[in-house]
Order: sequence, then structure tokens, then C-alpha cells
Amino acid sequence: MAHASLEKFRAVTDRNVLRLQEAKQAGRKVVGQYCIYTPLEMVLAAGAIPVSLCGTKNDSIPAAEAMLPRTLCPLIKSSFGFALQDSCPYLAASDLVVADTTCDGKKKMFELLAKRKPVFVLQLPQTQDADALSSWRRQLELFKDRLEEDFGVELTESGLRDAIALSDRFRQALKRVLDLGRRKPSPLTGMELMEVAFRASFMPDYEERIQELDALADAFGSEGAEAAPASAPRIVLTGVPTGMGSHKVVQLLQDCGASVVCIDNCSCYKKVRDNPEAAGDALDVLAARSLDIPCAVMSPNPGRYAAVGKLARDFAADAVVDLTWQGCQTYDVESYSLRGFVHEDLGLPFLQIVTDYAEADTEQLRIRIEAFLEMLA
Amino acid sequence: MSGRLYAGIDAGSAAVKAVLVRGGTLEVAARAILPTGWNPRESGEKALAMVLEQAGADSASRIVATGYGRVAFPFADRNVTEISCHAKGAVQIVPACGTVIDIGGQDSKVISVQPDGTVADFVMNDKCAAGTGRFLQAVAGMLGMDVGALCALAEGEEPCAITSMCAVFAETEIVGLLARGKAPGSVAAGVLRAVARRIHALAARIPLRGECVFTGGLAASPACGRMLSQELGVEVKTPDYPQYTGALGAAMLAARLR
Repeated sequence: MAHASLEKFRAVTDRNVLRLQEAKQAGRKVVGQYCIYTPLEMVLAAGAIPVSLCGTKNDSIPAAEAMLPRTLCPLIKSSFGFALQDSCPYLAASDLVVADTTCDGKKKMFELLAKRKPVFVLQLPQTQDADALSSWRRQLELFKDRLEEDFGVELTESGLRDAIALSDRFRQALKRVLDLGRRKPSPLTGMELMEVAFRASFMPDYEERIQELDALADAFGSEGAEAAPASAPRIVLTGVPTGMGSHKVVQLLQDCGASVVCIDNCSCYKKVRDNPEAAGDALDVLAARSLDIPCAVMSPNPGRYAAVGKLARDFAADAVVDLTWQGCQTYDVESYSLRGFVHEDLGLPFLQIVTDYAEADTEQLRIRIEAFLEMLA
Repeated sequence: MSGRLYAGIDAGSAAVKAVLVRGGTLEVAARAILPTGWNPRESGEKALAMVLEQAGADSASRIVATGYGRVAFPFADRNVTEISCHAKGAVQIVPACGTVIDIGGQDSKVISVQPDGTVADFVMNDKCAAGTGRFLQAVAGMLGMDVGALCALAEGEEPCAITSMCAVFAETEIVGLLARGKAPGSVAAGVLRAVARRIHALAARIPLRGECVFTGGLAASPACGRMLSQELGVEVKTPDYPQYTGALGAAMLAARLR
């Protein structure tokens, strides 16, 4: 029954591209976005459909390497390769691309992308104090103007409040599924947790997202499904985003006998994190919530340690694995400090894995992961 | 229990090693080594047959396989990574061991070890051959000798500066050095120092504690051990049969399996 519900979810989400194209034919606008600092609520309030454009496939990387450095992060290369090849239906459908200046690699890539697509750049501050917040709010005002101008709509306070309520309901539904990983043993594998978050993020209809995710949470919540033996070491995977196509390390951990119970990245658990209390109007709330996200581009980035500590406790982790895409300087440098925190403050074993989307290093990674898991036994 | 024999097979990228230990005393009953060749399973079976013959036995009570070819032995009772086996083996030989440095054929690792021989933490080299036995093999081949001869040639020589750790680009540099009249011994010493520096950089990520034990095929060379001690700034201990450390660890784990 539980697994039948997962099959149904896959069947529904297999039609994501089709549904997006139908919505577009019916006159809906589509806004592509990269990092989760961009408040998708503003896109919803504009009556448009937000879609994520972060590339998760290795296929588009060779095309991108004709223009981008080979040592750059695979996520940036994959994303840009899709634009060069015009091979991503979500990018093709986007009437506007909104790009936040998270890391240096992305912001320079956006300059190149702007020659091919209409790009609106949000200048993201890289610190989280009051000055940064007011600057970020001004950026959101400019984004609001752009949405209103491009789509001939008005983003009202009540429209934004409704969009926040809708997206909160979606996050709650996704959280119900991702929190299934807290059970011992988890009823879903790490790959399944990742796949559900990934597929849900491309569903154009938010009400349908909520309905399908709730159905999954109900089905798995009421049954004693077990995705791994109770003895399997429980891993909190933190770091860079992962999706179908960039799932290598999640799959390897699972194949080597670990149970990935929580994926702390912006394609998974960061989407459902607790939002900070925020006063003011809807834009104030959105600015405060999004700037609070603890990506390694923030400096300092205290929220990352707090989040990893909380998740390690909530999900009863036996170890923390930190995934870094090759060329991602911020996550790579931060890993040193995170290792110290995990060892000293959490008293847990820690493994950093630096890799890309290609399969070339699979066997080397397997040895590292197996040795790490033997260390936990 | 004392009549029982436990086997460890370490199928590395360059050589297959087998060790047999006696139940109870855990003393080594036999060791054997063979080039891995293209068929790790066949070489492994042969190495196992060799140690059994030496010990005058028909079979081992339990077998643990390790090394990159460990999955090639369906008859093994368990597969364990070489990281865990080197840690276990090193502590068996040097009980005060806290750190293991293993330079293998295709990767190098620094392992922090608990007193009971389990792994506390470890680091491995990146994807490429820099700082591995394969790098030295490539350089030795260039000089028309094997790795053992390269290490012997380096003995007592003043190392010249080698900057490239890439197995491909180092060739250009070494050809240039020889063309400029540098003595081959000085070049060989320079190559060993470059590898030792690479290991030092790797080891910086892990606190060096307890006795530092150098394992793997290269540890058989005294010049290599001295170079490593000098670069790390701590005395590196080399066991008598360094290349068998992983196989010994595997045999120890086989003896403890339930």
C-alpha cells in the first residue's frame, strides 16, 4: 500500500512537463529560478508558476565546458549546458529567469545566460545582519516591480499573504514526508526522500503538490514499512544540492549499507526548515525568511551548524556526511569548520566527499564510504 | 582452537598478499605475495594455496578479503576495506600505533587508529596518481628500473627539487633534469621527497598521534621511510613485512569473526 502510493506519486509527477506546458498554453506565465533565496511566493502571487532550473544532469556538462572552466562546479555547468543546448523543458518554458547572486560561479554564469534568456538578477547579501536585510528587502521590491511590469499584474499585500499561506502548506506537506526519516528504521530510503522532494518541486499545481505529498505521508505514516535494517547506520547528509542525476553519493551510501535519513540541502530539508519570526508586511516576512537560509555563501554562517546539530538530534544520526561539489569553494572551505563542530560538539563521525556528477570516481568513493561505515560499526 | 587457521587476502592493484594466522596465539603461520596481474581472483586463489601449503593445511577456518579486488573472492567469509585492515594489522605489529601511513599502488591513505585497532578517522589522496606507488612506478619506468631499484638509488643522495606530482608531467621535468646533468640518484631522492611531501600534506588533515607506522610496498625501502620521517617531523616505524599489513589485518579480523 505504501509502495503503491509511491508508484502513484511517480506516475503523477511523470506528467510534470506536460502539465507545465498545458498551463502555459492556458496563459500562465512561468518563472525559472536557481537558488532558494528567491521567494517563490512572489512568483505565485504574480499568478505565475515557479520552476527550479538548477541542473542535476551530467549530460549537459560537456556542452557547457565549451564556455565555462572545467574545474567549475558541476551544478553551474549542468545548468548552463541546458541553456546552451536548449534541452531543459523548464528553462524553455520560463518567461523570466530570476537569478540570485549566491556564489561567484553562478553570478558570472548568469552574465552569459542573460545573452540567451531574460534574466533578472537579485543581489543577495552574503551576511545576515540588519543592513543586509534592508538591502535584501529592496532587492525584493525591485523584483516585485519587474514581475508587475513583465506580467501586467499587481502584487498586493493580500495576494502575497495568500501565496505565503499556500507555500507554507506545501512546505508542511513536504516536511511530513521528509520527517518520516526520523522513524527507526526509516520507512523511506535516502534515494526515495530525495526523489520525492525533487519530483514535487516540478509540480506546477501547488494544491496538487500538497494533496499528493499528504497522501504519501498518510500511506507511509500508517504502515510499518522499513527501508533499511534497524542496525543500518543513520546518516544525515549535508552540503550541496542533490537531485535525480546528481544522486551518486546518496545511492552509494545506500548501496554500502547506510540509511540516509535526512538530506540537509536546499533541494531537500532546507525547504522545510523552521522560519524565523518576522514582523512587518509580506515582503518583510519573505525577506527575513529567505535571508535566514544557512547556505555556505553566508559569512559567517552560524545557522548551518545549528541546523546540522538539530537534524543530527532529531533524526538520531550516527554520523554526518558532508557533500561538496568540486569547485564549490564556500562549501569546501566550510567543511573544515563543520568537521570540527560535528566531532567536538556533536561527538559524531564526519566524512566530507568532494566529487562531481560523473561516474569516474565511483569506485574510489565506494572504498571511502565503506571504510567510513566500517568505522561506525 | 589452536589447530585453526585464519586467512587474510589483500588484493591490491599491484600485488596480491595472503597471510595465515594460527587460532589462539594469532601468530603468523605463513605469508605469500604475487603480482595481481589481470585476474585478481586467480592470483588470490594462488596466494591462498601457497600459504596453506606452507602451513601444511588443506583449508582455512575463515577468510577475510580486502584490497581493491576483494569482491573477486566469493569464498571469502567477509569483505573489509583495506583501511580497516591496515589499521588492524598495524596495531597487531606495533601495539602503540596511533597513525598508519599506507602508500599503495593506486592510492595513499593516512589512518588514525584506536588502541583496539579500529579506525578513528582517515584521509585518502584525490582521484589522481600523485603520491602513490603508481607515480613512483611511472618515474622508475622512465629511468629504466623498478621501484625497488629507484629507492635504492636514492639512498644517501641529496634530493633535487621536483615540482610536478603529475605522473605525466613529471616525466618532462625529470627528462629536463637528467639532460642538465643531474645525477640519477639525486633525481630519485627528489622523487621520493616529493611523494613524502604529498603524504605530509595529506596527513595535515588528521592529528598524528601515537606511534606512526608506515605500511605498504614502499615501506620496504629504508630511504622512503627516512624521507617520510624527515618530512613529517616524527619517527616513522616500519614493520618487518610492511606489504603484508593489510593481509595480516584481514587475517586478524577473520580470527575474530563470529
